[in-house]
Amino acid sequence: MKQQIIVSGIGGQGVLFLTRVIAQVAVNRGIPVLTSETHGMAQRGGTVLSTIKIGNFASPLIRAGQADIGLLLWDANLPVHKGLLKENGKLFISAEQTGEGERIDAAGIARLIGNPVLSNLVLLGFAVKRQALFCTSEECEKAIRQLAPQKFVEQNLEAFKQGLNG
Amino acid sequence: MSEKVKLLMGNEAVGQGLIEAGCQIAAAYPGTPSTEILQTVIDSRDRAIEPLHVEWSINEKIAFEVALAGSYSGKRSVAVMKQVGLNVAADPFMRTAYIGVKGGMLTIVADDPGPHSSQNEQDTRLFCLQGRVPVIDPASPAEAKVLIPAAFELSEKYELNIVLRPTTRICHSRQNVTLGEPLKLGRSADFQRDPTRWAATPAFLPALHRKLNANLEKIAQEPDWQPRLTPSDNSQPRTALVASGIVFSNLVDLLDELGLTGKIDLYQVLMPYPLNPSFSETLKRDYDRVLVLEETYPVIELQLAHPGAVGKQTGHVPREGELLPDILHQVLADFLNLDQPVALPDERRGQRPSLCPGCPHRAAFYSIKKCFPQGIFPSDIGCYTLGMNLGAVNTVHCMGACISQGAGFYQAYAQDGDFPTVVVTIGDSTFFHAGIPALVNAVVQQARIIVVILDNATTAMTGGQPVPHMGIAAGGKPTKSIAIEQLVKASGVEFLETCDPYDNEQFEKLLQQADDYIRSPEGGVAVLISRHGCIMDPSVRKSQEATLIQINDKCIGCRKCTNAFECPALIFDEQNKVALIDQDRCIGCGTCIPVCPVDAIIKEKNG
Repeated sequence: MKQQIIVSGIGGQGVLFLTRVIAQVAVNRGIPVLTSETHGMAQRGGTVLSTIKIGNFASPLIRAGQADIGLLLWDANLPVHKGLLKENGKLFISAEQTGEGERIDAAGIARLIGNPVLSNLVLLGFAVKRQALFCTSEECEKAIRQLAPQKFVEQNLEAFKQGLNG
Repeated sequence: MSEKVKLLMGNEAVGQGLIEAGCQIAAAYPGTPSTEILQTVIDSRDRAIEPLHVEWSINEKIAFEVALAGSYSGKRSVAVMKQVGLNVAADPFMRTAYIGVKGGMLTIVADDPGPHSSQNEQDTRLFCLQGRVPVIDPASPAEAKVLIPAAFELSEKYELNIVLRPTTRICHSRQNVTLGEPLKLGRSADFQRDPTRWAATPAFLPALHRKLNANLEKIAQEPDWQPRLTPSDNSQPRTALVASGIVFSNLVDLLDELGLTGKIDLYQVLMPYPLNPSFSETLKRDYDRVLVLEETYPVIELQLAHPGAVGKQTGHVPREGELLPDILHQVLADFLNLDQPVALPDERRGQRPSLCPGCPHRAAFYSIKKCFPQGIFPSDIGCYTLGMNLGAVNTVHCMGACISQGAGFYQAYAQDGDFPTVVVTIGDSTFFHAGIPALVNAVVQQARIIVVILDNATTAMTGGQPVPHMGIAAGGKPTKSIAIEQLVKASGVEFLETCDPYDNEQFEKLLQQADDYIRSPEGGVAVLISRHGCIMDPSVRKSQEATLIQINDKCIGCRKCTNAFECPALIFDEQNKVALIDQDRCIGCGTCIPVCPVDAIIKEKNG
């Protein structure tokens, strides 16, 4: 099984956490995973991109037109990162407005839960529900429990569940 | 599933590798992409079986020298830095090649091809070629970890400092990595005095240099560090690919996707310097055409001197930037006469980075620009580089350069007569790193400049490492605090004020007073400490008032707030031609309120 995933957003939106949750599922399942992340200056509110490669790969980077799935937390990044997707690649986008790809107002839902940053897990739930990702909802919940700070675990899981229902 | 397999970032893998290899002295100055290496050693120090001293040193030179003496004492040690940090540590680094070490010593230098978060994309491997220091170029996080104990053994066998050079894509990649048991080496500090070596005068250096050269020849032939061949079915006869580091991994995936795995001889160079001369001979004998792929400079290519080699020297491979998989595809297609990939659309940049909403630096920069619209603004390395978005940063060079550059600007203008107000901005951590000698120099040379020390009580850019004036060392250990004020006064500065930049009226008043001072007969360097904690620190957020900020219907759509103040929480509604507050991002600090010329930004207290 091989899957190439991009996670796109701006610094501060929880792109790194979302990347780690997906990669942790692979580790839990005992399959190889490689990710690449943006750190440093660009993290200060600028466009950031994570790549995740599940299965037997050597490099974490994704060539143009090779990603199976795109998770976008910032829809203005669409023209920047869309080129990484395969022609039949699936796009899941957090946005209020309608447009390309499957969309959910993840930030709006997260705001109601009490933390706009949780749009990352709302979007994850949304994509998992559509069986786009290699992982199941149970596997994601386990990874969230492993990685979220103790006092935010329930809030994180709530965001994920709202995404599943979205 | 083994419990010992963890999802680790490359830097975390390296940090765990250091602990497992029995490293006992670890020193670093933070810098992207290297920072999480020492942070991991700090966070996992309980795993170490033997005593482990970890420190965030004031700068890389000091980190190197601390680790060096640890090694002289017979213990395993490491100095960690980013590529430009090696420039700061260059002086002790270069001499160490001749003098050598005792306990295993590694210098881990994280390079930043691209660059992503650096002032250049220099190649540490080339630095090592010049310095005659063996250098290892890992191709994945897991490999970087595995190579650490082997590198310590190599260091101890030849009594030489060894460099491990991961790049950003190794440092900030995550992978399944296996944890192992830390080694127990049972070493006690035992410095063997030998002045002919540890204090070698020029008389002893030719012999030491000779010994180094002899050792490098032997290291080049060490069986474990030879280039690794993945042989092919010879469908591309007398043709080979030679790659190192992350480029090798990118190439492996690309060959796989193109169905070329096992179709062409592929070499991974693990140790780009010193390169075994017999490897060069083999390539000359067995291959007519060789494509050399490496980041960022042609270090392997230069040493190979193969008549049929193509790479950066020959113009077949881009000479700058990362060899990303798409670029690699084009290069490989050229080399093997494959179909060229579809041309990539022009790269789009997306959202530019900016200072965080509520960042105290933004308030300081806005006031500086407002008070001195014609000023010259040298700045420095850190988050506050982003002050350029507000037009309040004119130069950024290297750690600590802004104070000396500011003094240089003053000298150049003053000799013609009048001089503009030069306002230098430097962060607290950068001030300690390299700003103090520059400040003393500016005072002694009677420069008339304003130095604003942006004191946010942390090393913010790299994620909040401790700074010397907070009284906290690595891992939260209490220590003596060194006050910035005392250092500034001891440097001979006679105008010193401190102010929270959130209080814009007072801050601007002090800036004007500073300007009056530098222009007065007795004037010199004026220092203003801009003091407000980093907004990324949750305790700072908690301790400050948060109010609901709104924009009322007085807004005339002049864009002053969105352009001149440039807070990410201020957005412009293009449809209605008015400014809006993004409440998801606004932290309610209210520093934008004085910016509005028509008082349309208002706050409502919400407790």
